[in-house]
Amino acid sequence: MTDVTNQKPLLEIKDLQVGFKTTEGVVPAVRGVDLTLMPGQTLAIVGESGSGKSTTAHAIINLLPGPGRITGGSIMFDGQELTSYSQKKMEEVRGRQIGFVPQDPMSNLNPVWSIGFQVEETIRANGIATGRKAVREHAIQVLKEAGLADADKRLKQFPHQFSGGMRQRVLIGIGLSSRPKLLIADEPTSALDVTVQRKILDHLETLTRDIGTAVLFITHDLGLAAERAEQLVVMYKGRIVEAGPSKEILQNPVHPYTQRLVAAAPSLASRRIQSGTAATPTHSLSDLDYAPTTVTESVDLIAAAEERLEQVPKGPSLAKRPDAIVVKDLTKVYNIRGQGKGKASELIASDNVSFSVAKGTTTALVGESGSGKSTVAKMILRLEDPTSGSIMIDGVDVAPLKGRPLLDLRRRMQPVFQDPYGSLDPLRNIGNTIGEPLQVHKVGDRTARRERVLELLDQVALPQNLITRYPNELSGGQRQRVAIARALALKPDIVVLDEAVSALDVLVQAQILKLLADLQAELELTYLFITHDLAVVRVIADNVCVMQRGRIVEAASTDQVFDSPQEQYTKELLNAIPGAGITLGV
Amino acid sequence: MAGYIFRRLLQALPVLVGTTFLIYFMVFAMPGDPLLALFGDKTPNPAVLERLREQYHLDQPFIVQYFLYLGGILRGDFGTSFSGEPVTDILARTFPVTIRLALMALFIEFVLGVLIGLISGLRKGKLFDASALVISLILISLPIFVIAFVAQFIFGIQLGWARTTVSAGAPIQDLILPAFVLASITFAQIVRLTRSSVIETQSLDFVRTAYGKGLSRRRIIPVHILRNSLIPVVTYAATDFGVLLVGATVTEGIFNVPGVGRTLYQAIIRGEGPTVVSFVTVMVLIYLVVNLVVDLLYGLLDPRIRYVK
Repeated sequence: MTDVTNQKPLLEIKDLQVGFKTTEGVVPAVRGVDLTLMPGQTLAIVGESGSGKSTTAHAIINLLPGPGRITGGSIMFDGQELTSYSQKKMEEVRGRQIGFVPQDPMSNLNPVWSIGFQVEETIRANGIATGRKAVREHAIQVLKEAGLADADKRLKQFPHQFSGGMRQRVLIGIGLSSRPKLLIADEPTSALDVTVQRKILDHLETLTRDIGTAVLFITHDLGLAAERAEQLVVMYKGRIVEAGPSKEILQNPVHPYTQRLVAAAPSLASRRIQSGTAATPTHSLSDLDYAPTTVTESVDLIAAAEERLEQVPKGPSLAKRPDAIVVKDLTKVYNIRGQGKGKASELIASDNVSFSVAKGTTTALVGESGSGKSTVAKMILRLEDPTSGSIMIDGVDVAPLKGRPLLDLRRRMQPVFQDPYGSLDPLRNIGNTIGEPLQVHKVGDRTARRERVLELLDQVALPQNLITRYPNELSGGQRQRVAIARALALKPDIVVLDEAVSALDVLVQAQILKLLADLQAELELTYLFITHDLAVVRVIADNVCVMQRGRIVEAASTDQVFDSPQEQYTKELLNAIPGAGITLGV
Repeated sequence: MAGYIFRRLLQALPVLVGTTFLIYFMVFAMPGDPLLALFGDKTPNPAVLERLREQYHLDQPFIVQYFLYLGGILRGDFGTSFSGEPVTDILARTFPVTIRLALMALFIEFVLGVLIGLISGLRKGKLFDASALVISLILISLPIFVIAFVAQFIFGIQLGWARTTVSAGAPIQDLILPAFVLASITFAQIVRLTRSSVIETQSLDFVRTAYGKGLSRRRIIPVHILRNSLIPVVTYAATDFGVLLVGATVTEGIFNVPGVGRTLYQAIIRGEGPTVVSFVTVMVLIYLVVNLVVDLLYGLLDPRIRYVK
């Protein structure tokens, strides 16, 4: 690594401009990006959605979607000016010289062709091997390298027969199959569980180091970027706001936007609190040269979490509160149609789950996809009938409820779901969406309901004039606020938050978490918080239940879980939080 | 797979019984005496009438007639037409002609429709696309007999490229024009369906990844875009086969094709129960088999489809 300075850069982007043609003219997406990547180096571009990070990556290999055009600047790659290349000439660069690993493993393999076919066609197109047998052998080798041990047996299988992590391994294998000098990895693990993410990124790191491939890593997760890349580039609204060595940026962010990002990243925040250094960044935010997308207040999650730590009395006093939810031996068994021989098998989604949530506190249910946490949430909400076990809400078993009493129960218990795009009816305006529960439960008259809706909008810090707007006019964060307002409409005691912040950008995520904490203090709400992200848990939850394969493997207070995890699985989850290994000596 | 096909054929049985019953009932319920109509203006001899009634079981109650007919089918006897010709003979004479016509139409609409739809989708918004859209819209809006007359006039009379009517034996070259006319409506639908499907597939993630892998456009279009785009088109083609059979009735009438459509039409006018029901039964059977074949084809195109249950 010492001779890096003498080498010529592998990739040098100067003043790159990318615009999207619309009916109202060209909308700029990337406005003057400069970056330099040395051979064998790893560089991460960090930013929230819409920052232009993916557009920059796609511009390099000319994979911009339809109306996207490079409108200025230069991209020098290995002595070639890529902006001057035609599509035809780019075909020789793509795959062969620059590998590409896309974001979502679920949608990036063609569902109608076998895995083997899709790897083999890459090998053939890039001239790595010729002849049926040689190509096949190479494909197996590529997949084995990517971590598919039984590659030779699985060549004939189709993408839907692979798990998300396995598919991402296939895509990494494809991206590296021709030993490219540069690999562009566009959020390669955002769609995967943390532990899988860790394994795959570790593997990618070893592979690229062995081959000597430089990596351009695109991510929204600052902790992940800092952990995986030597160099960091922070993008905001199409511009680079900060660039430099990862650790430097993390420890001493100069630009106010980066400071906000560092403060809001839950992965970093949770670590910071744990290490006990209670330093709160006090940078002034007045010199922001941009208008933040939604709310101008900046949220410091670290500060929020610390505040929480001080406020909530520890241990016994917490236990004195009466229990709002008591779940006992809750079990859900699904019958799955057997494969082939018609034999039905059973899937135990929830296996004798027992826990309780004290009034006015937050319990987080944590686990990876398929661990049964959402099934438990659905059963408590009575959207799914339990196979056996009891759910006591304020001392009443609600599991056998039907009809009228069930409807009354719903008044006191409301859900907020993950996807703010999917959980709002696009044909209903915001006022009607928030007011619908009031209408269903026949609360008040028209004017009273309208007043309640306005009050709710205030509570979730949304402007009142949104009342006549439609969901498609709102940002993701605003929509999630609407979903929260709707959940609060009936003044419930309990709110079940099923991955309620998982789909949001970090800054917005921090704002929503803060809002949830404020609402809890104000309205004495009890939260059941379902998440796969342990990092978020630290700043919101009082107690944690870790779930694995339908069982609760560890249940303790948040501090205990973070400071002295008992189970191996919990330790793995904690270690998998990106950025966990970075020490922040502030 | 074999079990799946068997179950599907088993499902076809109640469908067949149901359709034959309905058709039989409708023919039975038609006003007027079919035998009297046979004699036109003349008054028939009551004895002859009586004998004919007995021969065709017209003196029996409806339900008995129906079961007598069903029993006949099981023995391979589809009954006799009023002209005295066994229905099986008529079937054997007319079905090959119509099937030839339908297959030609199917070939034209599918090959041409998919090709034009593909080019249209790939060149969205360009001149080719715009003209394809306008032409297909015109074809969809026009009733099939208008298209038939226009085609007869232009290609048959003005240009003299084809005969306006089909000669005896229905040779292939005579069937080309009727086949085009028959294909026109569904052709237009397939163009539009393929086009929108191609546009949608083009923007999918795995297509971008295919470019990222270094594949050429020439490979990506047939392998990754066309195949995936065909899935909804094939589904449509299955339901569309019924439209083709109905269209054949009209087209055959106009072009004087000695096929199923024309014969069926005449049988309906004359109220010949056994002939009508036999024709419809065979058509339903063909329709069911085509649907089964298309469903199997669908499984070939999309490996995610598995034949369970």
